[in-house]
Amino acid sequence: MSLVKTIKVNAIKNGTVIDHIAAGKVLKVIEILSLAGDNSVMIGMNLESNKLGRKDILKIENRELTKKEVNSIALIAPSATLIIINDFEVVNKSSLEIPEYIEEHIICPNPKCITNIEDIPSKYYIHKAGSVTARCVYCEKKYLVEDLKIKV
Amino acid sequence: MKNLISMRDLSKEDIMRLMDTAAKIEKGEIVPNMQRKLAALLFFEPSTRTMFSFDTAMKRMNGDTIIMSGTGNTSAKKGETFADTLQTIAQYSDIIIMRSSIEGAARYAAEVVDLPVVNAGDGANQHPTQALLDLYSIIKTQGKLDNLKIGLAGDLRFGRTVHSLAQAMAIFGAEFKFISPSFLQMPQYIKDDLAEKDIKYEEFNDIEGNIDDLDILYVTRVQRERFADPEDYEKVKGSYVLNKKMLQNVKKYFKVLHPLPRVDEIHTDVDDTEFAYYFPQAKNGVYARQAIISILLEEV
Repeated sequence: MSLVKTIKVNAIKNGTVIDHIAAGKVLKVIEILSLAGDNSVMIGMNLESNKLGRKDILKIENRELTKKEVNSIALIAPSATLIIINDFEVVNKSSLEIPEYIEEHIICPNPKCITNIEDIPSKYYIHKAGSVTARCVYCEKKYLVEDLKIKV
Repeated sequence: MKNLISMRDLSKEDIMRLMDTAAKIEKGEIVPNMQRKLAALLFFEPSTRTMFSFDTAMKRMNGDTIIMSGTGNTSAKKGETFADTLQTIAQYSDIIIMRSSIEGAARYAAEVVDLPVVNAGDGANQHPTQALLDLYSIIKTQGKLDNLKIGLAGDLRFGRTVHSLAQAMAIFGAEFKFISPSFLQMPQYIKDDLAEKDIKYEEFNDIEGNIDDLDILYVTRVQRERFADPEDYEKVKGSYVLNKKMLQNVKKYFKVLHPLPRVDEIHTDVDDTEFAYYFPQAKNGVYARQAIISILLEEV
């Protein structure tokens, strides 16, 4: 991490860094992770990035994300990098990958879809060609992922 | 094939097997026997034609049916979950055939019960048995399904039959003309599907002048209720009424299909022409549904 970036967003001792979030998307990531609990959270927005031009970054102290949370974040920040920090050291770094199939995390926007009428989890197939879209297994409607409400 | 939920699930081979089976049943070359088999017809959304067609199909094969129409006489009203209703009815029957206004209801039913499930229409989503009987009508009149030019006219936005049919004919490389009022156009997600498969389509606002190069014109009703302003309906309704005069220059084997019920979108003067095929189409529905039930119950 460069000196400039360290000054802009402080390092954390233990926890998770989500780097290379497309600029403007960090608030949606925060919403998904419901970051209103005990963890210290640091946010950087619209920072310069070699990879993206501009990026957002999120640092969450003393928290590791579940697979479900990672899948949800991948949907809205597919360019992001997930970094696990232990005692100020990077112990794991991975690129997020959009899953091809996802259960529960998407709220189907179609009010007539059975997932909004019966108490059953939504199921979506994700299509990555061109704009990332998601098709509901049940009502078969297709949506741009960026237009969907994601939950964990 | 374990269930029939969506045209999306069917391969070209599945469809051709269904067509072949329907033809053999119609010709009497195979006679499926459904004696001691019971189909549960669960029509949470009322329908007469589709329900009668399935009922006829089952009875023509010596099978029987139990019928539920609407939710008034079920436990759904008492707060029973949909899953419990389905699991209970599954104890009585060999196959579940269901219609619901809830989109995805049949897909969910197929997850809940071990019996074969047939989607007889789920909201504005799919109506695969109608699409299959439409395909059967097309293959009977055109001798093939490949590379035909199909016109779909009327309410293309809310009409699930035209959605299923467009997806089905896309498998066979059809070319489409979509003829509808601007606000009742084919939904974008269907057009995206067609574009992905390199299927050509054009959009028009009038039937007249746009049918001479077609093999099939599939007409659906433009419902007055869809228009916010009744005056708007009055202005456009004539553009979606097919009459005999419009048929002067159509192709030799051109046929007009309609899922029925017809209101006034096909003038009765078309009925006597060689191009009208909507009543035989309804009869084809019985053969197509016999084929579907037989294949799902592994009786052919």
